Amino acid sequence: MRLQKLKVCLLLFRMTFSVSAFTFGGGYIAIPMMRKNFVHKLKLISEQELLDMAAIAQSTPGAIAVNIAVLVGYRLAGITGAIVSCVGTVLPPIVIISVVSMFYQAFRDSTIVSAILKGMEAGVAAVIVDLVIDMGQVILKEKNLLLTLLPFFVFIANFIFNVNALFIILISAILCVIQTYIKSKQGGTFG
Amino acid sequence: MIKSVLLLFIVFFQIGLFSIGGGYAIIPLIQEQVVNAYEWLNVQEYTDIITISQMTPGPLVVNTASFVGMRLAGVAGAIAATAGSILSGTIISIALYKFFKKYKNIDSIANVLKGLTASSVGLIASAASTIILLAMVGTSSLKVENFHLDVVAVILFFVSLFALRKYKLNPILIMILSGIVGLFIY
Repeated sequence: MRLQKLKVCLLLFRMTFSVSAFTFGGGYIAIPMMRKNFVHKLKLISEQELLDMAAIAQSTPGAIAVNIAVLVGYRLAGITGAIVSCVGTVLPPIVIISVVSMFYQAFRDSTIVSAILKGMEAGVAAVIVDLVIDMGQVILKEKNLLLTLLPFFVFIANFIFNVNALFIILISAILCVIQTYIKSKQGGTFG
Repeated sequence: MIKSVLLLFIVFFQIGLFSIGGGYAIIPLIQEQVVNAYEWLNVQEYTDIITISQMTPGPLVVNTASFVGMRLAGVAGAIAATAGSILSGTIISIALYKFFKKYKNIDSIANVLKGLTASSVGLIASAASTIILLAMVGTSSLKVENFHLDVVAVILFFVSLFALRKYKLNPILIMILSGIVGLFIY
């Protein structure tokens, strides 16, 4: 039993470390990478569970990449798993930044680094769009009008009108409570 | 030394606590504390660290915390600042996760989680659009005057997306390949 847990923790560390080492272009990229590893490859958590975790990671303060790694760790090996995942996620940036900070001007002005990153931007965008398409399909399957419309309105509010994410999350939660209330009054005959 | 390590922890704990939504939304929040309130970095250094953050893996807040911590109090400072920046988020995430797991049989709670998932799709789409704009037209704002379409980035985007959807390639592989293409083209 103990050995089993140790194995899971080692796996968690290895996975979160390698995902974190490639978290270029913002924390959102961590979600599709965690999904590829833990849902598709290792089949340790379900698609729906990962979507729930992604939603929670975004609704709470702090870095999304760290939050989702901690949730996956917690789900698989309790508090120990959460701590292992957390360390695995935080280690690559701390080490890299500590090294870079010693000669950061040279690094910042490097044309090679910026060319690689320019190319990577397009790849990062594709990986996130791929996730959005899959997540969108899961939402559509619910066949619930409010849930179908939410992503569109949230997108417009956040991207076009720069509405704060915290405000958006609160409004979404309130709308869902209202919807459940209305449904229960009508005896739950539709939706 | 111990005092500055402790202060780093406290300041980055506050930043972590109020950074919801991630990405570019938290840049001014960190600036307020690190540049304006404590003058740990000047504006130029802060702009540099954001640029470096985008060049290196890891969340912006973790990168900034490590960078500032390292400069102020060495490795201990880097660890203290980083720990501070992620502590509240991880604890609240686990608490919320446990809450939803425990009460998932109650309709309204299950529905709120569904709603959060739906709106998180919208937020992720918004983040994706920002990166698409950065990659393809070199700006994250929707102004038309400096519109310059980067054909290479457009092709790279669609080839990557096709590879992901059709062949289910690993995202890490996609990023390494697109980085290599960037190295030779830009």
